[in-house]
Amino acid sequence: MKIRKPELLATAPSFLWLALFVFVPVAIIFAIAFRPALPAGRIGEGWSMDAMRSLKDPIYPSLLLRTVLISFFTTALCLALALPVAWHLARLPPKWRARILILIIIPFWTNFVIRVFAWQQILHAEGAIAETLRSIGLLGETDRLLGNSAAVIIVSVYTYLPFAILPIFAAAEKFDFALLDAARDLGAKPFRAFRSVFLPGIRQGLVTAILIVFIPMLGSYVIPDMVGGTDSQMLGNKIAQRNFNDRNLPQAAALSCALTLLVLAPMLLRRKEKTA
Amino acid sequence: MKPSRIPLVTTGIVLAFFYLPIAALVAKSFNSSRFSPEWKGFTLKWYERLFERDDILAALVNSLKVALIAASASMLLGTCAAFALHRYKSRLQDAHRMMVNVPLVLPDILMGMSLLLLFIAAGVSLSLATVTIAHITFCLSYVTLVVLARLQDFDPNIVEAARDLGATRLQAFVKITLPILFPGILAGGLLAFTLSIDDYVVTFFVKGPGSDTLPTLVYSMIKKSKELPVINALSTLMLLFTFLLVFASQRLTRPVNR
Repeated sequence: MKIRKPELLATAPSFLWLALFVFVPVAIIFAIAFRPALPAGRIGEGWSMDAMRSLKDPIYPSLLLRTVLISFFTTALCLALALPVAWHLARLPPKWRARILILIIIPFWTNFVIRVFAWQQILHAEGAIAETLRSIGLLGETDRLLGNSAAVIIVSVYTYLPFAILPIFAAAEKFDFALLDAARDLGAKPFRAFRSVFLPGIRQGLVTAILIVFIPMLGSYVIPDMVGGTDSQMLGNKIAQRNFNDRNLPQAAALSCALTLLVLAPMLLRRKEKTA
Repeated sequence: MKPSRIPLVTTGIVLAFFYLPIAALVAKSFNSSRFSPEWKGFTLKWYERLFERDDILAALVNSLKVALIAASASMLLGTCAAFALHRYKSRLQDAHRMMVNVPLVLPDILMGMSLLLLFIAAGVSLSLATVTIAHITFCLSYVTLVVLARLQDFDPNIVEAARDLGATRLQAFVKITLPILFPGILAGGLLAFTLSIDDYVVTFFVKGPGSDTLPTLVYSMIKKSKELPVINALSTLMLLFTFLLVFASQRLTRPVNR
């Protein structure tokens, strides 16, 4: 197979850049996971299974389960909220549709760290929400809103909801709502029509929304770090901790390998679905 | 049939959910009480304090520098990549497409971690340069996608027409193709700029001493619980800036005759 020169010239810059700064680094993660760790964050010579063996530590299965569960609940909540919003947007006149879309997007042009910080202050023990809940007896004197998995999920939903709304709206916009009337005329109850006609009609949007929320959630780090507690840390936090606090790069790399495999799993499922 | 009220009500709740934290942040930035969330009177002292801090200004300058370079470089690389992907069909392009897609699904923390290990393995010391390289890497794919979308709507017959009328290949490219694609390239660049300005995780992994960007500096201020009201003031100014930018771009893109 002969590749022509102009094609090579156009492909080379991005191809080489990505090879050097994405593929080589990911390969290095897998290599360093099999190196021995030296003190002070250095990496030893030769090969060692220590880092990989450390994955057998009993703390990891629960960490992994928690990571998947928090990601799952966040995705589910995002879908539950994004579906009605996307439906509403798709049924609005175009002028209002554009206005509401802009309203949905604007808050997310503020800095991510600052948005999480805003929530940290809202959920703070002396914040208005905690005071109100305490005064009506829904929150005990010593209970806290911050520092648990619920806080992590709320703030994650806040962060990822627009990314779920947009693809579902894009699919709903193309959906022919007359099909729902047809289903009703044929005797379907509203919920049945919604489930059997609308949901399959916007399927591609739903799949995109799920992937776009679930995959980055698996690698979540900032949100559990800022609003979570010790019992709501995720895989990403452990990687950062091994890296920056314990200075054990091989163990951080081994955990990163685990995360890579976890991320690839839903993508492989999607590929299977595409070929089916 | 009576339409369900659920979509309307949910949309209202979601919008309130989106704006509540931001409104609270703005209100707090004018609250003279330092620790308690109670309202203790209006003040501008946090804004004064903000302007006294040189490190915030330095971090802002770093952020802008990195974002400008990352946006320009990823515009160049991404446009090139989009052309190759659009123009040629080959095994090489299949591999190329796969490489462009991987950074889109790679979680930030993996990208940060893997680049950190690369820099360590190559013996490169961490600095603003390593941060810039990392930012170009994650911006590149987004720019490629945006330009590619624009190329798909592009009618190649226009270029043919220009060539028939006697334009050279270069002339046709500079006078026809580039101007038509320019809005797409610019949109890609703007996206890259915002992604770069917003990034915390990747930057945190590959930044060296003294190369704090605004997000990493704010993060460490939050972690140390130092001068939290100053962060509120800073956030409010950034919000105001964003709103002005949106308003201006709305005015600019609005059709003239309506």
